[in-house]
Amino acid sequence: MTKTAHDFAKASAKALGDRQSRAILHKAIGHIRVLRQRSVNAMPDFAERQARAVAVRDKTLAKLPELLEKLEASVTAAGGRVHYAETAETAAKLVAGILAERGVRLVVKGKSMVSEEMGLNEVLEAAGIEAVETDLGEYIIQLAGQRPSHILAPALHVSKEQVSDLFARKFGRTSTDIPEMTRIARDSLRQKFLAADAGITGCNIAIAETGTVTVLENEGNIRLSGSCPPIHIALMTLEKVVETLADAAVVLDILPPAATGQTLPVHLSFFTGARREGERDGPREMHLVILDNGRSDILADPKLRSILRCIRCGACLNVCPVYQSVGGHAYGTVYPGPMGSVISPLLKDNPGDPRQPFACTHCAACSEACPAGIDHPALLQELRRRVSETETDLPVAAFNLLARHPLLFGGAAAVGRLFDPKLREVAAVAPDAPVGRFLRCREFPGLARPFSRRFKALARRLKRLQGGRA
Amino acid sequence: MEAFLFIPCLVEHVLPQVGEATTAVLVRAGLTPVLPKGQTCCGQFAYKRGRADLVRPLARRFVEIFQDAPVVVCPSGSCTAMVRRYPSLFAKDDPFREQAAQVAAKTFELGQFLVERLGLTDLGARWDLTAALHGSCQTTRVLGAGSATEALLAKVAGLTLVPLARPERCCGFGGAFSIDYPEASEAIVAEKIDDIVASGAEAVITAEPSCLLNIASAMAKRDLPIKALHLAEVLAGEGI
Ligand code: SF4
Repeated sequence: MTKTAHDFAKASAKALGDRQSRAILHKAIGHIRVLRQRSVNAMPDFAERQARAVAVRDKTLAKLPELLEKLEASVTAAGGRVHYAETAETAAKLVAGILAERGVRLVVKGKSMVSEEMGLNEVLEAAGIEAVETDLGEYIIQLAGQRPSHILAPALHVSKEQVSDLFARKFGRTSTDIPEMTRIARDSLRQKFLAADAGITGCNIAIAETGTVTVLENEGNIRLSGSCPPIHIALMTLEKVVETLADAAVVLDILPPAATGQTLPVHLSFFTGARREGERDGPREMHLVILDNGRSDILADPKLRSILRCIRCGACLNVCPVYQSVGGHAYGTVYPGPMGSVISPLLKDNPGDPRQPFACTHCAACSEACPAGIDHPALLQELRRRVSETETDLPVAAFNLLARHPLLFGGAAAVGRLFDPKLREVAAVAPDAPVGRFLRCREFPGLARPFSRRFKALARRLKRLQGGRA
Repeated sequence: MEAFLFIPCLVEHVLPQVGEATTAVLVRAGLTPVLPKGQTCCGQFAYKRGRADLVRPLARRFVEIFQDAPVVVCPSGSCTAMVRRYPSLFAKDDPFREQAAQVAAKTFELGQFLVERLGLTDLGARWDLTAALHGSCQTTRVLGAGSATEALLAKVAGLTLVPLARPERCCGFGGAFSIDYPEASEAIVAEKIDDIVASGAEAVITAEPSCLLNIASAMAKRDLPIKALHLAEVLAGEGI
């Protein structure tokens, strides 16, 4: 077995021990799921919307290099600048460099998972630049010194009461009434917006023909981050582009319903370039940073390419039994859950546990929920194949060897029946071995006299009964 | 007509009563069950670990055993789904792919066979019971045979089905998953059982032996007086 930097099995076992966090996660995720189901049920044409969106995503991926060039030309024409970064680390340095060159001390940030992927906040801090998260959930996470546990709802694992305690500690002022809590956060954040020298946002969809960065949100903080400070830096990964405004609309048809159960989010912003001559507001400078971090390789890999259709709606996380039980932090990566188990191991920086694709019950709830038509089980299967090529899996190999020889197979079962049909002794001898841990919550019924030995007599008896009845 | 029984290794060695009930149901449906010799495992265990290379010899064995069968019937959604996947394990120009496809096309999960092939839903079974249905992920989402299970259960006299809060939710077994990640598996099955208990059911029914084993053994550990039954057992009726 490969030695890994991150061990999901250990981290998840630990996370499962934290009953309080599990209960919070459970409740929150149940809520999102109900919202989504309600909205998708209310949309009789969801399947058609989905089919259109999949077509747009595939069309986009098929000509991605061309679209990125087009995007660059349009952004430049609109007065912005485009930067490419190979790895997360170079991207973070690039952003820090832009800011340092302009003497920026304070940055406000709108929620961006790409920024998390870059580890941007740490790099900015090291460069002496204060970065303040302005999305409420992300702000809470930042105050608590944590990491997001969900790609859409970063503070999904935190309860209202925990936030209230956190605010009391940080601001000396608190409440458990949500509007009041929002007000407390807003009072602190408003000052930052006004004082910030630059704003950093993510990007849900970039439109190549117009050079527009599209962002969806419910709070308005991302809109403020991208429009209030004099410099706007937008971050995206290279697959986020579409060709036309019409294509963007097709993606927008499914993203909010799949994500939060909304028809449209409260704020839908279109940032196009920098402030033009004669305009009274908007950033004076606009930069678009496009991160690769392994995605060109994924694009060139026909067996895995479809993961780049992902529009980061979070639906697959919300239905995954593993994610729901262990929570996002156990993954040790920026992207958890089914989409994360596919994409993380393929990223250049912070790929997490290479065995992550094995941490799956094969229930296929993810692919059923995915609005982008991604077949996670098939992709995970391919990733497992690639990992297992490099190692020897003794139990599986032994089992399959037996399975090729019916006499041996039956013989092994017979030995098992004689020795300890209920596996109790095995479990008692090795409580920490896989079988022991497996049996901790299970009372094994035991190995029985094989069906094949009972069959003949049974079939005869049944036939007779049947004949008698007829 | 003869129906060849494809008996998963789990049924052969751990849940033989499911094989017996399957035989009884097929006889009741007017078929002659045949049990070809030499069956072992469909290879699902290795497949899910990413070892399609180890599955290929098992697929070849399977095709050899069943190629002359008029129809192959299996009391497991996941093993049926595995057999349906066999052709994809061989290269497009491999002549064996076609052979595997022929066998895959005539292999059915029990409920699927009764409803889709025979057009039967009422097997005259009776079982006075209040039960919850655990539609296994492999049977419903992967194989697409969930509606057949439901149609069959709807016709069982005396049976009242009570809904689970989250019927679509996995039981957490996932083959090697439960051994590789036993704590996560335990947490997921615990939730499934809580759901079953809350439903007020006296029994839980599923068409998948591995879910059955998982749920039944976890309920036994908790000493719960709830029965776990395979679809075939319910269709065979009380007292077969
Ligand atoms: S993989 Fe699909 S369901 Fe998961 S986040 Fe991406 S688009 Fe949403």
